[in-house]
Amino acid sequence: MYVAVKGGERAIEASWRLLDKSRRGDTRFAELSVGQIREQLRLAVSRVMTEGSVYDEDLAALAIKQAAGDLVEAIFLLRAYRTTLPRFGYTQPLDTEAIVVERRISATFKDVPGGQLLGATYDYTQRLLDFALMAEAQAAGNDSDTSASAEREHLAAKPEAMPRVVTLLDKEGLIEQESPTPGAAEPGDLTREPLSFPASRATRLQNLARGDEGFLLAMGYATQRGYANSHPFAGEIRFGAVTVEMELDELGEAVEIGEIDITECQMINQFAGSGEVPPTFTQGYGLAFGHSERKAMAMALVDRALRAEELGETLASPTQDIEFMLSHSDNVEASGFVQHLKLPHYVDFQSELELVRRLRAQHAAQASQPDHDQNQQEQAA
Amino acid sequence: MNAPETQLAAAPFDSAAEGYNFAYLDEQTKRMIRRSLLKAVAVPGYQVPFASREMPLPFGWGTGGIQVTAAIIGRRDTLKVIDQGSDETTNAVNIRRFFARTTGVATTRRTSEATIVQTRHRIPETPLTDKQILVYQVPMPEPLYRLEPRVAETKKLHALADYGLISVKLYEDIVHHGGIATTYDYPVIVNGRYLTSPSPIPKFDNPKMHMNPALQLFGAGRERRIHAIPPYTPVRSLDFDDHPFEVQRWEHACALCGSKESFLDEMIVDDSGKRMFVCSDSDYCHDHREQQADDTGEGESA
Repeated sequence: MYVAVKGGERAIEASWRLLDKSRRGDTRFAELSVGQIREQLRLAVSRVMTEGSVYDEDLAALAIKQAAGDLVEAIFLLRAYRTTLPRFGYTQPLDTEAIVVERRISATFKDVPGGQLLGATYDYTQRLLDFALMAEAQAAGNDSDTSASAEREHLAAKPEAMPRVVTLLDKEGLIEQESPTPGAAEPGDLTREPLSFPASRATRLQNLARGDEGFLLAMGYATQRGYANSHPFAGEIRFGAVTVEMELDELGEAVEIGEIDITECQMINQFAGSGEVPPTFTQGYGLAFGHSERKAMAMALVDRALRAEELGETLASPTQDIEFMLSHSDNVEASGFVQHLKLPHYVDFQSELELVRRLRAQHAAQASQPDHDQNQQEQAA
Repeated sequence: MNAPETQLAAAPFDSAAEGYNFAYLDEQTKRMIRRSLLKAVAVPGYQVPFASREMPLPFGWGTGGIQVTAAIIGRRDTLKVIDQGSDETTNAVNIRRFFARTTGVATTRRTSEATIVQTRHRIPETPLTDKQILVYQVPMPEPLYRLEPRVAETKKLHALADYGLISVKLYEDIVHHGGIATTYDYPVIVNGRYLTSPSPIPKFDNPKMHMNPALQLFGAGRERRIHAIPPYTPVRSLDFDDHPFEVQRWEHACALCGSKESFLDEMIVDDSGKRMFVCSDSDYCHDHREQQADDTGEGESA
């Protein structure tokens, strides 16, 4: 009986078998392939890659399959894999101005150099369940071929530079520009060094990039509702492919090692100005792997809110509190600690049980002699 | 030297984890953790930040302890893993299995046979020796976090050894409850200097930390801190002259082995709420029962 209460190896093994079975579901339906997930659940794959901090669509898709669609669990699986990989080095900073866009919008200007490009988005769909999708195996065949080749031509014909919207405001000095701080230290690497406070902006952005989309969404939303002073405009949102370059010691120069899809967001926020600085616009920045606009936008809102201290704004809400935000953004940490409450706590609970019983006994003893107390009080009076 | 040490020998049970380094972590990571461990041992009770990794087990389930064990374990070690004192609890089974798969080292349930004991929430009843290392899993390494949640602030308080806050908290307990109302994770002063969390062991176990011959290492994965109590280091549980530190006592003896010295778990054994008390330390309880069986066997040969 003792062992039964404590659980044990056989229970765990049985649980694994049940898990495999429940993940597979009804075997009358075909098994989901990793390729299907990669191609048809691309937004889930993007999220898992972003918060899992690995750009690998196949591994992310595998993690989603293994986690039966639980994305936080999939992110955890991918992180646990990532942690075993050696660090070969660091790539050059991405040149996102040289992005080959599939989508690019600005909410601040009607037209911008390079144009607005709507691309694939749910933004302007009517959210009606499309029952046609329930009928499986759509006949897509020829249509998709032509549209794909048309798309390729379109992309090939569009190598023109796409300056950032925020640089357009720069001509009047209306907006602060992101520029490297001269003589600044190399940015830290959160995956190799512990998070410590106060945290630099580079560290903060790394943390937010890995941070939980739901958390950032809620916090970004809070900044819009008065918890932190933000008057945000979506300066620019881009989704597309950028090349990744790395300097190889053997060659002595940077070479292209691949291409990744990213979503980038630059928020434009008002800044009231201070004694030294006239009123101006400031920026918040968001970046995510794959197509993850909600994440990139929420990240940009939060990034801006966390700059309150450096901009000399009043710190009045948790969204501006660097330590609060960065300590609670990671869903692998949060999910683990919340769910650790499932582990046995017999010993601690036993200790508390003993204490509460003793306190209750004392309480009962005191309550049973109210007259005595009253007499004492009267005497004292 | 940093080349991965892939495992050759097959693990005793389960399939060995293929394609992973010995003890899961890569050698650079182990070296980073060992550096933090050395610092922690050099400054007893001080929380050393370390670059905690994601592990294949969730944060809050022992990743700090697992990383410390992974950094110190060698092929000739014998590992024991307990959770709530028992080798049989699911989490202990899982962690033991993890190391069996990734290192192939021998595992044991006997405290006396182990060279490394990884624990959650207990110190074994059987006294440890100077040949053993006790690795604690730590959820919140900062003893002041309920009083001051900001790490930047607590760092200052530790630097100045300014522990007034916690004394006031204990004093308020006495005013409210007539005694100190902390029963586990009871704060200690290590080596007369740093206020330290013993991890959520019951205060029953606190005296065992004092001048213990074994090296005690504490790993907090989610909070990214390591601290240590070197062998034979004085460890004092906080108290006041007129309210000295005391440990829990039971009116019952263990229902299985009859021990009156060990920490007891309470179990409800039927629908009417009938209770039974048994040792939380399963290995100790087992030994104790065997000993009694031997004794009675010799005494009463009838």
